[in-house]
Amino acid sequence: MNPMNYIYLSAALFSIGAFGVLFRRNAIVVFMCVELMLNAANLAFVTFARINGTLDGQVVAFFVMVVAAAEVVIGLAIIMSIFATRRSASIDEANLLRS
Amino acid sequence: METITAASGTTSLTWLLIALPLAGALILLGTGRVTNKWGHLLGVATIAGSFGVAVALWLNLLSKPSEDRAVRQFLFTWLDLGRFKVDVALQLDQLSMAFVLLITGVGLLIHIYAVGYMKGDDGRRRFFGYLNLFVAAMLLLVLADSYALLYIGWEGVGLASYLLIGYYQTRDTAGPAAKKAFVVNRVGDIGMSVAIMLMFAAFGTVTFQGVFEAAPGASSAMVTGIGLMLLLAACGKSAQFPLQSWLLDAMEGPTPVSALIHAATMVTAGVYLIARSNPIFDLAPTAQMAVIIVGLITLLAGGIIASAKDDIKKALAGSTMSAIGYMMLAVGLGPTGYVFAIAFLLAHGFFKAGLFLGAGSVMHGMNDQVNMRRFGGLRSVMAITTATFGLGYLAIIGIPPLAGYFTKDLIIESAMARNPIIGGLAVIGAGLTAFYMSRIFFMTFIGKKRWTEDVHPHESPWSMTVPMLVLAIGSVASGYLLMRDNTLEKWLEPVTGFVEPEGSLAPAVVTGISLAAVAVGIVAAILLYLRRDVPQVAPEKVSFLVLAARKDLFGDAFNEAVFMRPGQWLTRSLVWVDNKVIDGAVNGVAASLGGLSARARRIQTGYTRSYSLVMLSGALLVLVLLAIVGR
Amino acid sequence: MKNVPWLLIAGLVPLVGTALIAVVPRKSWVRGIALGTSLVTLAVVIAMATQFQIGGPDKFQFVTTYSWIPAFGVSFTLGVDGIGLVLVALAACLVPVVLIASWRDVEPPGSIKSYFGLMLVLQSMIIWVFSALDVFLFYLLFEAMLIPAYLLIGRFGGAQRSYAAMKFLLYSLFGGLIMLAALIGLYVASQTLLGNGTFDFQTLSSLQINTGLQNWLFLGFFLAFAIKAPLWPLHTWLPDAASEATPGTAVMLVALMDKVGTFGMIRYCLQLFPDASRTFAFTICILAVVSIVYGALVAIGQTDIMRLISYTSVSHFGFIIIGIFAFTTQGQTGSVFYMVAHGFSTAALFLIAGVMMARGKSRNIADYGGVFKVAPLLAGFVLIAGLSGLALPGMASFPGEFLVLVGSFLRYPVLAIIATVAIVLSAVYILWLYQRVATGEPRGVVTEKFGDLRSREVWVFVPIVAVMIALGVYPQAVTRVIEPAVQSTLDRVGAVNPEPTALKPAESTKETTP
Repeated sequence: MNPMNYIYLSAALFSIGAFGVLFRRNAIVVFMCVELMLNAANLAFVTFARINGTLDGQVVAFFVMVVAAAEVVIGLAIIMSIFATRRSASIDEANLLRS
Repeated sequence: METITAASGTTSLTWLLIALPLAGALILLGTGRVTNKWGHLLGVATIAGSFGVAVALWLNLLSKPSEDRAVRQFLFTWLDLGRFKVDVALQLDQLSMAFVLLITGVGLLIHIYAVGYMKGDDGRRRFFGYLNLFVAAMLLLVLADSYALLYIGWEGVGLASYLLIGYYQTRDTAGPAAKKAFVVNRVGDIGMSVAIMLMFAAFGTVTFQGVFEAAPGASSAMVTGIGLMLLLAACGKSAQFPLQSWLLDAMEGPTPVSALIHAATMVTAGVYLIARSNPIFDLAPTAQMAVIIVGLITLLAGGIIASAKDDIKKALAGSTMSAIGYMMLAVGLGPTGYVFAIAFLLAHGFFKAGLFLGAGSVMHGMNDQVNMRRFGGLRSVMAITTATFGLGYLAIIGIPPLAGYFTKDLIIESAMARNPIIGGLAVIGAGLTAFYMSRIFFMTFIGKKRWTEDVHPHESPWSMTVPMLVLAIGSVASGYLLMRDNTLEKWLEPVTGFVEPEGSLAPAVVTGISLAAVAVGIVAAILLYLRRDVPQVAPEKVSFLVLAARKDLFGDAFNEAVFMRPGQWLTRSLVWVDNKVIDGAVNGVAASLGGLSARARRIQTGYTRSYSLVMLSGALLVLVLLAIVGR
Repeated sequence: MKNVPWLLIAGLVPLVGTALIAVVPRKSWVRGIALGTSLVTLAVVIAMATQFQIGGPDKFQFVTTYSWIPAFGVSFTLGVDGIGLVLVALAACLVPVVLIASWRDVEPPGSIKSYFGLMLVLQSMIIWVFSALDVFLFYLLFEAMLIPAYLLIGRFGGAQRSYAAMKFLLYSLFGGLIMLAALIGLYVASQTLLGNGTFDFQTLSSLQINTGLQNWLFLGFFLAFAIKAPLWPLHTWLPDAASEATPGTAVMLVALMDKVGTFGMIRYCLQLFPDASRTFAFTICILAVVSIVYGALVAIGQTDIMRLISYTSVSHFGFIIIGIFAFTTQGQTGSVFYMVAHGFSTAALFLIAGVMMARGKSRNIADYGGVFKVAPLLAGFVLIAGLSGLALPGMASFPGEFLVLVGSFLRYPVLAIIATVAIVLSAVYILWLYQRVATGEPRGVVTEKFGDLRSREVWVFVPIVAVMIALGVYPQAVTRVIEPAVQSTLDRVGAVNPEPTALKPAESTKETTP
């Protein structure tokens, strides 16, 4: 199969993820979209590794997975505590850092 | 040039002259209420001790040949930096000896007088502390062996004068008067500082001996500059034109202070300074001419002011200005005048102190009133005061054979020998002196009683009258004693030099002229103040001259218009500049940085989604750029 | 006795005191510990001073070195010459007095512990900054001093204290930043000239850096010192900081910390960059004269006691700076002497003003009047402190001011004559202040309850006045310590005292006094 198809899929997933981050308000959904973008990047890395015949892309993909796992832990914890105090998971209401 | 030997034997006691009153001042001012009971006695005792030492030193100097009298006592090194070497060392020679005797002698009498005068005053201990401080500083001034040390004494007497003028701290007028005296004196001190700086730059030394030895090698511009700067200093201390304005206000101080500091001793420091610096002035004819002009202006201005004042102390203060003007005129004449200036200075010390003490005695009996229009006829109740004041009065106007005749007349002769115009103005001054002194005497002691109802004049206690009697004897005899067989000329000649004035007019003719002027002055006073009743309130409708004289010839108005108001405006505007412009610039920089960051902060909205949009646009931008550049 | 690290101990004692204050359980012990510590420091410094050899073979004495960051040629080196010694002594003498005077400045809920602790930390830093022989160490302490000072102003001052503290900090940091750039430049220059870079002062002060670079480095250092000193027109932080701080802090600030500026000029600007110093001397002297006259005039116009005293200091620092840059033995020795004298006289002025403000609860001069009648002793000390401030002969400031004027006149006669105007202006601002505050009948906040000095307060002023009079009567005791250091500085700058103009060369070597 033409490896470029995986790249197209990766691009499509990334765009869906970016669209979700920009336009959805629910923090959980936004978070999911971020994950989607990360995985799209992973897919691209693996594909490029395949195309180039090296292992570099796969190694980087592992790094991304580790970072994504860490990010999930911290990100979900923040969303939980915001939800606990504000009874809402809307990211537009969590603008406390502004002044 | 005289030789100066190191102090030994009796002369090694010189330091005690200063140490005694200084110790007195420290004890009296440092101990507080503990010494309230006997503080004044200690104050008198230290001066008496100092006077005793002075007499012993004088006898010792008399026993030596006149060329070897000057001694120098080294105490310790004050500063020694490179070439700049200032010792605390005392130089006792004929000139300083004369001053030391005057200061301790008159000082002792006035201390005794003050015991009675200040009786019942809460701050009597403090008062004697200040007086002792003054005597110590004044002795340091006349005993210093260098201009730097003289400067220390010079400022020291200024401080004592400040403290004593402002002695009645709770009076609203005393504070400003004291401050004015100090500030005007400091204007003169600029002259002193600059003179010392010039001397050091030119000669590399500031000792009298070093400067005088090196002075002939300096350019005439340099010695003239030094001379003029010393004159400025002298004008400040001696209340000479244009720095005369503080002396009249200085009468806010207690009367013994006016007698000691503002008549007999401190105000003559300027005369001392110029007489001491005679080797410099002899090389600088321009500076000498300036001294003569300053002296002439002041002796006339002082006389005019004294003629219009109704306040007895201010009238006497004007008279002091005028008398010191004579002394300045005399020192300006050079070697023909120095000796006469010192002679008049010493005699003046007696009669002016006596006159002030007499005025104090009158005030003592009249509930501290000073307005002569409410005096009159006091001779009936104050016999001793009238007699002593009268002798002082006759002495100052130069009636033979009293002190003024022997001394002031010689100044006029010497001035006449220099130049008939200078001499003529000095004669007019003598007439003025006769007029205003007669006016004071007539308004106070003779004529009708114009007393306010609540006064009960009485003669003062003996502690006050005895000093007055002693001073009156001095007023009578000092002139003759000083001038008989040229005593003072011989005494001072090694220090100041002496040249017999040679004029076109015979001395007898000059004496006749000045006596005629005196007679005119007396007659005018008789016509105006004895033949006519003296109004109890000063007349409003008076000539411009009288008006001007009452306002001190507009000296204060001038100072206010030229220095005070522009000065206040300047300080106010500089405060504004400092707050708004300089500090404004600093705060402006801070504010504009703050403003910039406030604007930059707007970008941070706090909305996650807008941040992501920016990130996305940034990423796209980078991609587009890569696409373009990569091509 | 030779190898005792005196300077290290002198700086460590206050730090130990701070540590004690931090752990001590009772607040009532804090003041006693602080005072005790400062007295121990004073004893150490006195013991050290007795060991000092005036004009000894070594320029710097009591040198102690510890290796610190050898990779950058940084070491912890302490040592003093005569100038450093008198300033260390000044710091050691003033702090106990300041602590006694500040006894009641902070009451709970204010933190007594941090106030006295910070004072001691500041003292320690000041002692070391005057004795640092490593330029990096100096820079570090120069900047680190700001922290306790900032906290002292910002936490314990008047109403506007935050503003004043922030202004002080930012202004000083700005100067420090420029100096840091110059410091790095200096290091690089030393690397080029020596092969391996160093911050050792004694090595650096014998380098011949090229003139162009010297000028830039000089300006970098000088700007920091001119802000600290302060020199017109960089002075506006001082009145704010000193008037908002407690009187004790104001003394630490103006009497001690600001001296680091003028000390730095002599030690670092002149000795590291001698050619640049000569280039800029005249310009700096003009600024100094502007400071003198301007500071005095603005002082006259002040309505706030503390600001008035601050501006008098601007004027006095002008004297110190012109004396330094006139490059004559008399002028520079006078400047260093004036630094010491100014330390005492400003301390006296700030503290007596503080005593008065503690009673009247106002800094406004117009609120006072007639203090003499209700509190003669207090009024008397106001006058004595003031007289020292106006450089009355017999007081400590006079020999300093006089030497500066005489010394500057040799180099710049016109500037010196303009500077003498300040002797009139100083009389005006001091005596007018005294007249408004002390004379007349009591008015404003001055009432019968005002109260004269208590014995604790008397013991603040008696030692200061005693020292001021002692220095005024016998200045040679201190100037002979200073002079060798000044002479070596002038030799480094390559300045020769002008010869008297009216003496023939043969005559000029002759001793003129018998």
